[in-house]
Amino acid sequence: MSDIVRRDPRAEWIARNRLHPLHAAMQTQQSNWMGPGGVIRKNVHAVGFIGPNGIKRIDRSGAQHGTTTVSRRSATTEVQLPLHQVADPAFYIAVVPDMVGGRLGSHDRDLLGLARSLAGSEGAVLAIVFGEHKESNFAAAGVDRLLLIDGDEYRGYAPEQLIQGLRAVDHQFAPRHWLLPDSRTGGGEVGRRLGAALGERPATRVWQVKDNQCIGRAGAGQQDLHRDLPRLILASAECAEPVSETRHEALPVELSVPVARSLPRIDDLGPVAVDPAAIAMAESEFIVSGGNGVKDWDLFHRATVALGATEGASRVAVDDGFMPRHRQVGATGTWVTARVYMAVGISGAIQHLQGIGACDKVVAVNMDPGCDMIKRADLSVIGDSTAILQALIEAVENYRKGAQREAA
Amino acid sequence: MNTKVISLVSIGAHPGSGRTRRAEQDARAVELGLQLAGQHLQVVHAGDPREEALRAYLGMGLDHLDVLEQPAGADVLGVLGDYLRDAGAQLVLTGSQAETGEGSGMLPFLLAERLGWPLIVGLAEVESIENGTAQVLQALPRGQRRRLKVRLPLLATVDNAAPKPRQSAFGPARRGVLAARNVMVTQDELLTGAELQPARPRPKRLKVIKAKSGADRMKAATAKASGGGGKVLKEVSPQEGAEAILKLLVEEGVIR
Ligand SMILES: Cc1cc2nc3c(=O)[nH]c(=O)nc-3n(C[C@H](O)[C@H](O)[C@H](O)COP(=O)(O)OP(=O)(O)OC[C@H]3O[C@@H](n4cnc5c(N)ncnc54)[C@H](O)[C@@H]3O)c2cc1C
Repeated sequence: MSDIVRRDPRAEWIARNRLHPLHAAMQTQQSNWMGPGGVIRKNVHAVGFIGPNGIKRIDRSGAQHGTTTVSRRSATTEVQLPLHQVADPAFYIAVVPDMVGGRLGSHDRDLLGLARSLAGSEGAVLAIVFGEHKESNFAAAGVDRLLLIDGDEYRGYAPEQLIQGLRAVDHQFAPRHWLLPDSRTGGGEVGRRLGAALGERPATRVWQVKDNQCIGRAGAGQQDLHRDLPRLILASAECAEPVSETRHEALPVELSVPVARSLPRIDDLGPVAVDPAAIAMAESEFIVSGGNGVKDWDLFHRATVALGATEGASRVAVDDGFMPRHRQVGATGTWVTARVYMAVGISGAIQHLQGIGACDKVVAVNMDPGCDMIKRADLSVIGDSTAILQALIEAVENYRKGAQREAA
Repeated sequence: MNTKVISLVSIGAHPGSGRTRRAEQDARAVELGLQLAGQHLQVVHAGDPREEALRAYLGMGLDHLDVLEQPAGADVLGVLGDYLRDAGAQLVLTGSQAETGEGSGMLPFLLAERLGWPLIVGLAEVESIENGTAQVLQALPRGQRRRLKVRLPLLATVDNAAPKPRQSAFGPARRGVLAARNVMVTQDELLTGAELQPARPRPKRLKVIKAKSGADRMKAATAKASGGGGKVLKEVSPQEGAEAILKLLVEEGVIR
């Protein structure tokens, strides 16, 4: 329903004209009003609306649509969560999110939730983000202060420079706690480096924090370590509930002194091309899957090679013998965690959608604009798979050539 | 190759029975060391020299294994640091996390800080070592690799991306020598303020639906694939569609 209010001058005129034969029908039916004696009167017949199949429906959610023109607008307004403000923070809780793909992940959000609970009403959650990011909603994740540290020296793999940056933060803000995700995607390493640099003994793999005590996994995961809450906490996923009931300011802050440049002892020579087919599908970052709508499998394979993607398939494609069984994505196949999943000619049966539940961005190529995959997808292109795959190969080759020319 | 390679090993625990064994990641560190230095690989453990599980490392083809004798619960950082410096190590390999005790994975980081050496996590392959620098491949999540050039001496941790350890043979394991050395002991004060307990299963997170009314909750519970939000390109030429897809892929950084 669009937000534009459309006026009907004729209906308004009839509603004003008491002599018009349709006058009674045009009155907005009040279901509740104050009677002359101060008593609330109700017209039970005016409650509800006539549903599409002609049966009267009563929706008690308060978002009733139909009958009245007034409720039509309020129904779609979004609820604003209360804003939590920390004008003058008594202390800081510093969080260094992983920002996989430039956005806050679920692990990061859990961590911010934990930071929020440690900060209480006096403290502020300070998020420290290195380099560029694509996140637009730090405020809803519970960030009170946001420190962006950007610069050429943080590009690529520069753990020692990151630690210099974090040291500067430690010096300026003296956070009460440092929180980092104990993950393979960066947080685990940076947190341990920070611990070694600051001389703080971290609590690792923490999964519960309560009353100044924390519990973390120890050894190979067969034991728990209970200990007092240290200053540096490396927490696992689901260590706390993410912030969901408040909005936060996410005020930008800056470092007062420039960060010292560390002498690089580790040179990043860039990523190495890995054969995408050799990566386990459950691990792969970028999967292109083919289904019953792929007509030219040779072309499909060429497209995945051109894109550098790992191949996947729907069950129909596997059953028909076009793809090996271990490439099947879905309930009876592999549950994938790709950041980008591209479904070519896959209708989006629930068994398939289950398997891609953890994927971040889904791209669909399909003939049928009404299929379920399109509803799940972030970007859908309606059209014939053969033509689109062909165009995609050309586009990628042009893009690669362009990039080469720029580099040269 | 005449680079001095040292692998640090610990005692592992079998995930099912809890019996001592060679630690999985440390065995990979030994394997990588053997591939680099062959017979010249030096392997060190700080702990109890009478521990039988250490023989599993010897069985991988080592003549002897140095053991810096330490009681359980001692802080081994100092003795290992001194040992590595005295031995003139150029490349030190460790697992990324112990299978017993705290298992915080801090040891390599603290050692690197103490010795002032660069540290690399997730070493997958050493490509070349020359002129005091090593060119190595680092394992990243999702099966990716990154090439790094690092100055020696270097400390590196290995994880499951490193080569699979060879089997331990019984004969060499018996014949190998566990050479104990007497060194200083520093008590670790962590375990006085903390306690280890058998792991409790973590509660599964429930999907909590925050809705004001029953109708909203019903809607949330029965909703099919999250509709809307996505961009649908209809009646475009294949070229335009391909451009749009490519733009998204490039934005997400999956096209290299
Ligand atoms: C117990 C059970 C378990 C299952 N487990 C799985 C599982 O793990 N994984 C799985 O994938 N399935 C599974 N299925 C099967 C699942 O229900 C679907 O049948 C299957 O996913 C459909 O595959 P599809 O989308 O490739 O084919 P279809 O449903 O036939 O869809 C083909 C799509 O391609 C489009 N199309 C056709 N031609 C073109 C063209 N030229 N260009 C572009 N688009 C085109 C069509 O519009 C359609 O949307 C399971 C089923 C059962 C009963």
